[in-house]
Amino acid sequence: MEVELKEMLDELETLKRSLPDPSHYTTIDKLRLHVEHLTNLAKSAPVRRSKVKDMSAEVVDSNPYSRLMALQRMGIVENYERIREFSVAIVGIGGVGSVAAEMLTRCGIGRLLLYDYDKVELANMNRLFFRPEQVGMTKTDAAVQTLSEINPDVVLESYTLNITTVQGFETFMKSLTNKSFCPSKEGSGVDLVLSCVDNYEARMVVNQACNELNQTWMESGVSEDAVSGHIQLLIPGETACFACAPPLVVASGVDERTLKREGVCAASLPTTMGVVAGLLVQNTLKFLLKFGYVSPYLGYNSLKDFFPTMEMKPNPQCSNVACLERQKEYILAKPARDAAAKAKMEADASSTTECPLHDDNEWNISVVDDSVPDRKDARSSDALPEGLIHELPSADEFQKLPASEASATATDDLEDLRRQLEALNG
Amino acid sequence: MEGWDPNTKTTLTQIPLLSTKAGPRDGAAWTQRLKEEYKSLIAYTQMNKSKDNDWFRISAANPEGTRWTGKCWYVHNLLKYEFDLQFDIPVTYPSTAPEIELPELDGKTHKMYRGGKICLTVHFKPLWAKNCPRFGIAHALCLGLAPWLAAEVPILVDSGMIKHKDDAASSSES
Repeated sequence: MEVELKEMLDELETLKRSLPDPSHYTTIDKLRLHVEHLTNLAKSAPVRRSKVKDMSAEVVDSNPYSRLMALQRMGIVENYERIREFSVAIVGIGGVGSVAAEMLTRCGIGRLLLYDYDKVELANMNRLFFRPEQVGMTKTDAAVQTLSEINPDVVLESYTLNITTVQGFETFMKSLTNKSFCPSKEGSGVDLVLSCVDNYEARMVVNQACNELNQTWMESGVSEDAVSGHIQLLIPGETACFACAPPLVVASGVDERTLKREGVCAASLPTTMGVVAGLLVQNTLKFLLKFGYVSPYLGYNSLKDFFPTMEMKPNPQCSNVACLERQKEYILAKPARDAAAKAKMEADASSTTECPLHDDNEWNISVVDDSVPDRKDARSSDALPEGLIHELPSADEFQKLPASEASATATDDLEDLRRQLEALNG
Repeated sequence: MEGWDPNTKTTLTQIPLLSTKAGPRDGAAWTQRLKEEYKSLIAYTQMNKSKDNDWFRISAANPEGTRWTGKCWYVHNLLKYEFDLQFDIPVTYPSTAPEIELPELDGKTHKMYRGGKICLTVHFKPLWAKNCPRFGIAHALCLGLAPWLAAEVPILVDSGMIKHKDDAASSSES
């Protein structure tokens, strides 16, 4: 802008000189004053920082990455700059997703893919990130506006669509498999998918896509009373998928009214959402940059400040077909995994001097691999001591409904059926 | 099914159940499912007509049968209130139920999600999940939309949020 204003000043000067009639000089001088005033205004306007080619660890005020690169010097992260190679997809740019996107942007993530179909509303202002002047914009556009100002180095892709529709899902899958950002990457085009949606249907769709693509993802959620939340890591085939366990209301048969209050309007707090977004992105950074322990599940109960953790194995009777396929692949890949683990252990052992942990072993205690359930044991445990019974029935096959004979005899042409319904509609 | 009126229960038992577990991305299996959907919708509509309880019109808006549009109505104080009705079949169908929309009522009641999606979380979603894949579109209308209309339309009318079309016309003329 400043350059253009300077050119305008020069042009005014040439114009003034070329005019034979001095009567226009005062008008031109006035114009020049206006342009000079504008130049001063442009100078005081906020400047956008330019892109940075390499992340530097140099400690100067003008380096946006100095504090992040210090993680290497502190011995936390081995190679922080790798973060620029990673792509993360965030589904749902609401109270959690938008904050997670800002955190990853400030961390200098390589590429962010943002999915949402909603618009920014004034009712969203009790949460972080979006500003009142963005009301009416799509959440994806508003997010791109803010994020590109915060860090122009991040490649931002925004998708304004509903992933639960057939068409939206196709675009969603295509965008996840696009590898143009990092062609050498194995698997899909993204390193991690973060689900920050607010409903069961959308979570099931993310689950479906990730199971089909064998894509690791993390799920997040905040309870509708706004005082608890959770994050969960889902590795297809290795951990439980989102469909492996049915929702509580279905599994337990409890009265739904005890779980859900009347009305749709859910409560929300910027604090709980900020905490959950923080937990989610912290787990993401640990997963991508390979430091610390990546939590398979972490709950947050704000009323008691209780943070439960647990692990969930996949359900061999999961209703999701893609999940069962991934489970089969995971079991087949066990020998390779064991060999890799053994090689790593040997490499570690050779680097450290070998010495027995204990000199004697009076009770013949040995360590056994408990990562795989012992099938034989599981069966023998069915026999219970006298007086004890299993509380739950053993798993049974899904009862197949007897094929109705009526359907076999009745018409079976789709077009015909459609016409029949239309006739009734008429 | 406790808490449901006996009328709805008897109606429900007469709607044919479905058996194919297939969604819109499952090719031939989806066509089979679509046939079952049509059969149960035809049976339900015929039943409603025979009982003089006709209350909706629905038809597929595309050849794939993934989008459905129509009308539904509810009679309150002898006046008929009619609304446009639409929904998409989600990619994870039938594991997840269709999200039924009444776009005209968007923003008029808090028992609704954005875009006019009626709230089915409490009274319908658990039932749907327990009966997957046997429930279809007809069951969603019978157990999801019908009770919602019965609960919400009287409140919307009494609070003045919606007006009967004759009233609206006469009040705009005066």
